[in-house]
Amino acid sequence: MQTVFENFDLLLRGLRITIALAAVTILIGTILGVLGGVGLLYGPLLIRLPLRVYSDIVRGTPLLVQIFVIYYGLPALDVQINGFRAATVALALFAGAHVSEVVRGAVGAVPRGQSDAAKSLGLTFWPRLRYVVLPQAVPLILPPWVNTAVEMVKGTSLVVLVSVSDLLFATRKVAERTGDPMPIYITAALIYFFVNFGISRFGFWLERRFRFAVAS
Amino acid sequence: MEQQGIAVKERGRSATVSTPRTAMVRIEQLHKCFGDLEVLRGVDLTVDSGEVVCIIGPSGSGKTTLLRCINFLESYQAGRIYLDGALVGYRERHGKLVPAREQEIARLRAETSMVFQGFNLFPHMTALRNVAFGPIKVRKTPTAQAVVRAQELLGRVGLADKASSYPAQLSGGQQQRVAIARALAMEPKVMLFDEVTSALDPELVGEVLAVMEQLAASHGVTMIVVTHEMLFAREAADRVIFMDHGVVVEQGPPDQLFDHPKSDRLQAFLRRFRAI
Repeated sequence: MQTVFENFDLLLRGLRITIALAAVTILIGTILGVLGGVGLLYGPLLIRLPLRVYSDIVRGTPLLVQIFVIYYGLPALDVQINGFRAATVALALFAGAHVSEVVRGAVGAVPRGQSDAAKSLGLTFWPRLRYVVLPQAVPLILPPWVNTAVEMVKGTSLVVLVSVSDLLFATRKVAERTGDPMPIYITAALIYFFVNFGISRFGFWLERRFRFAVAS
Repeated sequence: MEQQGIAVKERGRSATVSTPRTAMVRIEQLHKCFGDLEVLRGVDLTVDSGEVVCIIGPSGSGKTTLLRCINFLESYQAGRIYLDGALVGYRERHGKLVPAREQEIARLRAETSMVFQGFNLFPHMTALRNVAFGPIKVRKTPTAQAVVRAQELLGRVGLADKASSYPAQLSGGQQQRVAIARALAMEPKVMLFDEVTSALDPELVGEVLAVMEQLAASHGVTMIVVTHEMLFAREAADRVIFMDHGVVVEQGPPDQLFDHPKSDRLQAFLRRFRAI
């Protein structure tokens, strides 16, 4: 137990990297996902097809493989990239693909009559999406989006394999140095859990906020 | 507009024929297919400004599709639709139809409000917001002004006290009346009603029809009403159109159409209605 206290600031430093990585990739992934989901639903073939390929490949291959492909693949193409950036790109693309499907499903589930009504008022595509369709899709997007966010936090632990000093990296270092892995790994697990627990709670709060009036 | 010009040139005959009304909607030889199924097979129809026209006919006759073509919720393959002189959904280039730009289509749609069978109110907005939304976002009316007007319109459909209710808190009849107010708020040239009472419980039909009758009686609003409410058609319509199998079979003043139907198909259709 003492080893945990002695090395706690090391873990916190790792946690900072983990949280930064997760936050940035969830944010980018969400933006990519909204654009991707809308493109998958409404885009012309020339947009839809590449998005379909992107989404299927990314969702159909292990995240670790994707991280490696970017980390080892880009330098082979003479693009220099460090571990942190490679991990960020890979995780963001991963999140983007998953959120794309979530958005596609949710936006597609908004009844067609809603678009019809918005069209017949004279709204063009983007305002229709912005004011009528997306607000109704948000309550449907949120639960699976929270899921994806939680997966992303856990997914960041893979970046130790491209030498990013995240929470797991710090944990492993402390465990190796002290020769007493159990307490430190349990502590790390708890930290991951509480971060994700926070995200889930935040998700519930958002869901409540975005749930519009139901029959009273 | 072009046609009017031609009419005037015709040996000055237009001077003797009194035509106080002008064509608001002109449909010429309209054809529409869904895949192999031809739903509209050459529809011709002219609706004058301020006229109230009811379209009746068996289900599958193409009534709703025709209505949805007028505000281009459905595209069409051949023929022409003119709204107040402007071609709907397309531009004509060397006699061929070229799809119009989204902005142009949106502008035309803003002139033709539609009321739907399933209400289609925006569930995330209050009744007031539903009504004020179009003017604010499309007409760029200042919010305060649009809200005052929306409140007025809700009053007109008898729902002044429901302004802050959400659609899910309203009955079907109330929702449909909000939808009518929403359509009115756009101050459209034409209002399209697509079987607006079909999804309502029988006891709620009356309140919606009452609002529509009041609208029809106010003159000034051009209304095209697809309906199964024969009594409404008889009372409120200036003209009744009977459609079957994608064409206009018969049309005329309500009394003539209901009391002296000429075509066999209309006679058969009305018999079925009376049998109920």
